[in-house]
Amino acid sequence: MKAVFKRPHALKDVSMHYCPGCTHGIIHRLVAEAIDELGIEGRTIGVSSVGCSYNNYEYFNCDMVQAAHGRAPAVATGIKRVNPENVVFTYQGDGDLAAIGTAEIVHSAARGEKITTIFINNAIYGMTSGQMAPTTLIDQVTTTTPYGRKPELHGFPIKVCEMLATIEGAAFIERVSTHDIKNIINAKKAIKKAFQVQLANMGFSIVEVLSSCPTNWGMNPVKALSWIRDNMIPVYPLGNYKGKDLEV
Amino acid sequence: MGEKLLMKGNEVIAEAAIRAGCRFYFGYPITPQTEIAHYFAKRMPEVGGTFLQAESEIAAINMVYGAASAGARVMTSSSSPGISLKQEGISYISGAELPAVIVNIVRCGPGLGGILPAQCDYFQAVKGGGHGDYKMVVLAPCSVQELYELTVEAFNIADKYRIIAMIMGDGVLGQMMETVEFKEKEEIITVDKNWAVTGTRMKRENNVITSIYINPEVLEKHNQKLQQKYKIIEEKEVRVEVFNCEGADIIVSAFGTVARIVKNVIKMAEKEGIKVGLIRPITLWPFPNEAFEKYAQVPKAFLTVELNAGQMLEDVKLALNGKNETYFYGRMGGMLPTQREILDEIKRIIKK
Ligand SMILES: Cc1ncc(C[n+]2csc(CCOP(=O)(O)OP(=O)(O)O)c2C)c(N)n1
Ligand code: SF4
Repeated sequence: MKAVFKRPHALKDVSMHYCPGCTHGIIHRLVAEAIDELGIEGRTIGVSSVGCSYNNYEYFNCDMVQAAHGRAPAVATGIKRVNPENVVFTYQGDGDLAAIGTAEIVHSAARGEKITTIFINNAIYGMTSGQMAPTTLIDQVTTTTPYGRKPELHGFPIKVCEMLATIEGAAFIERVSTHDIKNIINAKKAIKKAFQVQLANMGFSIVEVLSSCPTNWGMNPVKALSWIRDNMIPVYPLGNYKGKDLEV
Repeated sequence: MGEKLLMKGNEVIAEAAIRAGCRFYFGYPITPQTEIAHYFAKRMPEVGGTFLQAESEIAAINMVYGAASAGARVMTSSSSPGISLKQEGISYISGAELPAVIVNIVRCGPGLGGILPAQCDYFQAVKGGGHGDYKMVVLAPCSVQELYELTVEAFNIADKYRIIAMIMGDGVLGQMMETVEFKEKEEIITVDKNWAVTGTRMKRENNVITSIYINPEVLEKHNQKLQQKYKIIEEKEVRVEVFNCEGADIIVSAFGTVARIVKNVIKMAEKEGIKVGLIRPITLWPFPNEAFEKYAQVPKAFLTVELNAGQMLEDVKLALNGKNETYFYGRMGGMLPTQREILDEIKRIIKK
């Protein structure tokens, strides 16, 4: 019999700790599939960050480094500079990347650091139980915006792709979503291309993935997926922001 | 014979690091140590290494974390306010047991303070500063020659124990020019870094570098292992200079720049018939307790002289454990004690 669907080798055969309906798990799979298809597992080094996915070194089958909150791009820079032959990726949440680690991501992009960032935007801090993130939507209720996010009090959501697209060193920037099959397939394509951009030494690449947090949004998993579609995508338009035509 | 050169302390640190096989430097400018970065920026491309000016001290230390994870000999340098920012990374590097060298050319504080020499970061270096139970080996050179030798040693110690080795100097040392005699070849230890992340090449299980252990039993074991390592370092890596202590009336303890001043005081005192000894800790951690125990019964007392409000003093007192009187003399804010001031202090104590 021919196997048509199996676990990617770059993903370990262990059960994950994510909440039911959380799309972190799907995104892990997409990253692992891209690694498998490109045949780069043996030279890939992942940098996990701080957030719900802090221990994804338990899930990915490649060498992994656990970084402090927000610092993954700097850690990845150190690794990549030591061995440019390695394929280095960071996996970061929106609190990690767009709050405490804003400087590190902006400057890694500015240096055109040949690393790939998988940026999980779930519009909230998941691990610490649902506080406002820089990506939290206007009027969204979180544990630290119990009356909803108000621009005059809490500022506006940060649009990471749009912001980084102004930076010359960034080679490939795309925003994708995980709310349905079609979009998951697109997400996979973008992630694979981001790695290819790194393999071709073209510069910094980042894929922002709109992801669900049913637990902290206080919704069931199905509702959470439609919430991405109906509420997040209008604020965070999907699509390529840089490097669409790069030949890789 | 190696070559003899007249060089600035800060530049010697960088040159020594290169000779010790360091090929990666990440840093952010701050006075009075920036010449280290200037030197690396020029020299690293010549030796096929990497100099990278980071966007902050926080980024720099995390780049060190990444490069050390990948198995490289790597260093960063800064001065007091910058070292405070690096504390997060220092704790993570210590928790993940990575080898790295950090230079702190201390300036006076607190806060932005000033740019003149001080020793006010002693506590931060030897007692922690970052969070958690960790230790760094802290080396305190007192000459440009020693800056060279101890920098080379720092890399060996770091690799041997998978620990941070910190060189702690001050602006006087960093900025002074002295002759330095380089060896033809350094003694560089090579250790197997099979724990490093280099890519599995599909030939081994994946390596993980981490400092997080959520399970308390596992984390306690990890901490116990760290503490055992620190015990071994305390047994094996103490370095101290004991000068003029046999038959001394009084012993002064001082490190770094201050110890140089004290050596001149010893000559002045001799002319007045007072015999002064010096115990100069070269490793501030591990602290040379035994040297102090050995001379604990010196007839008059101990005097600790520092460029702070009395930080090493606490370790001297612990080492003496009440066996003798301990006095302190210190200057702060970038002021240096004069030889005369120290001698007057010695005489005051002796008269008591
Ligand atoms: C320096 C520091 N500050 C705060 C924390 C606590 N902390 C852990 S996870 C987290 C938020 C992570 O949110 P995000 O990056 O959005 O990831 P998610 O949990 O949503 O996957 C915070 C604030 C920490 N570990 N370190
Ligand atoms: S808290 Fe949210 S982001 Fe974290 S695992 Fe649960 S659903 Fe996913």
